[in-house]
Amino acid sequence: MSEILVLVEHVDGDVKKVTLELLTLARSLGEPSAVWAGPGYSDAAKAKLTEYGADKIYVAGSADLADYVVAPKAELLASLVGSASPAAVLVAATAEGKEIAGRLAIKTDSGVITDAVGLVEGFVADQSIFGGGVNVHSRVTKGTPIVAVRPNSTAPVASAGAGAEETVDVELSDLAKTAHVVERVKQEKGARPELTEAAIVVSGGRGVGSGDNFALIEKLADSLGAAVGASRAATDAGWYPHQFQVGQTGKTVSPQLYVAVGISGAIQHRAGMQTSKTIVVVNKDAEAPLFEIADFGVVGDLFQVVPQLTEEIAKRK
Amino acid sequence: MNIVVCVKQVPDTATERKLRSDDKTLDRDAVDGVINELDEYAVEEALRLKEAHGGEVTVLTMGPAKAADTIRKALAMGADKAVHLVDDALAGSDALSTSYALAQALGRVGFDVVVLGSESTDARTGVLAAMLAERLGVPQLSQARKVEVNGSAVTIERVTDYGYDRVEASLPAVVSVVEKINEPRYPSFKGIMAAKKKPVETLGAADLEADAGQLGLAGAWSEVVDFAVAPPRAAGTVVKDEGDGGAKAAEFLASKKFI
Repeated sequence: MSEILVLVEHVDGDVKKVTLELLTLARSLGEPSAVWAGPGYSDAAKAKLTEYGADKIYVAGSADLADYVVAPKAELLASLVGSASPAAVLVAATAEGKEIAGRLAIKTDSGVITDAVGLVEGFVADQSIFGGGVNVHSRVTKGTPIVAVRPNSTAPVASAGAGAEETVDVELSDLAKTAHVVERVKQEKGARPELTEAAIVVSGGRGVGSGDNFALIEKLADSLGAAVGASRAATDAGWYPHQFQVGQTGKTVSPQLYVAVGISGAIQHRAGMQTSKTIVVVNKDAEAPLFEIADFGVVGDLFQVVPQLTEEIAKRK
Repeated sequence: MNIVVCVKQVPDTATERKLRSDDKTLDRDAVDGVINELDEYAVEEALRLKEAHGGEVTVLTMGPAKAADTIRKALAMGADKAVHLVDDALAGSDALSTSYALAQALGRVGFDVVVLGSESTDARTGVLAAMLAERLGVPQLSQARKVEVNGSAVTIERVTDYGYDRVEASLPAVVSVVEKINEPRYPSFKGIMAAKKKPVETLGAADLEADAGQLGLAGAWSEVVDFAVAPPRAAGTVVKDEGDGGAKAAEFLASKKFI
């Protein structure tokens, strides 16, 4: 079995769920080595990565890896590709993960595949393109396969690895330190999970009617432990912040369950959620295109249906 | 300031998009081409930089002959001139090849700042700004929701999962923009007429002084093994709310073990 590098996504020292998914996926293809970039590594992080199968953990703790945009992480990975000759490199298909993958591809003269929703032997990736209309198998033909895998593509399953730690001192070039992060501004999102990572997403659209009415969407989301999303119509109207927009020009999500409330389902929206495993739709218009891809739909007034659904969920807890 | 804005002609997302059976690349002939939506924000931001700091806006695109329509759109919005990379040898390029060709062209055109949309609606790789910064050896200021230039210093607000990062760098730099950074202007009639007279330079692969082995489908670093039209999702259950719609939805969620 050969080594597969998995770039760890972490926030405030906590390993994100997508990394556990990537380790699980990497175990089916080789021996996963986790790569930790930046400050925040701890015994708890080590325990988590080991629990999910990391045989090795490369730890590069320099603050420079986080304090400059993308380039330092690509240099770190390129250096590890050079020294460890892995069979592949997996990163999360987040905006930043894809950018790291892109720079790494150039540095290592390797091909890159973005937004894989599956990966099998031979590093053949599944991709869902054109708003979910076409399924593609693709693979890298030059260099080390670099694959950005969409969150929620694999269910994380624990299976302990050796967890051998190796400290990495990477000498960053001046070129890697040209875009300096001088401030991190955290916008409150409450206790809800992150939109692209969440196992369940509840989104509201035009039918919600106002910003105040989004409280209904939030209550339903909270009853399910879900993230809140919004259609472009809702964000354009200023009812919900733009960073929660799901769709072609916003976030792409692929959760276990996607609940769409008052969203008709234009192709631009479907492009951001069509790979969701289960889709539930609530809309008063029986002709709404999103019903075509719904596993369960309710034609009705969301102001009646959603509170009832929220209440029923609370009762069943 | 020498501002270059990269734009891409993409299939209208409202039309059915297909891969061609022979070379497994996007069938660009079969669909109407439009300017990539996020690139309109890039053009707008480029124009605002020019309006604030002076200089010139050059549109750069790579694409087939019909991508000239997209160039005209950007010129009609107010860009000054354009460079069109068009060559059969470039067809089928993946992101690595595309970034290589564009970087070679940017080396020839020269720039203080390159502006582009953060991703295209067709390939949606979202890697091009990062790749261009890597190839050109300049700062990567991507996913910007705000851009400020002050002399040779440039600051952006880079969108992150938790909010945004304030990022500082010096020009020259590559900037990619997200939706909502601005409100793209509509071309005026005067702008549309003026666009017809603005210079468009056409470059072929040979003009790029590039390694031909890294361009086009043959030079790509990845391949489509096979593809299929996605089977329709199995028909679900749709019920009409008779006062119990929420309860029925809850039953469904329980049957799937979500609650």
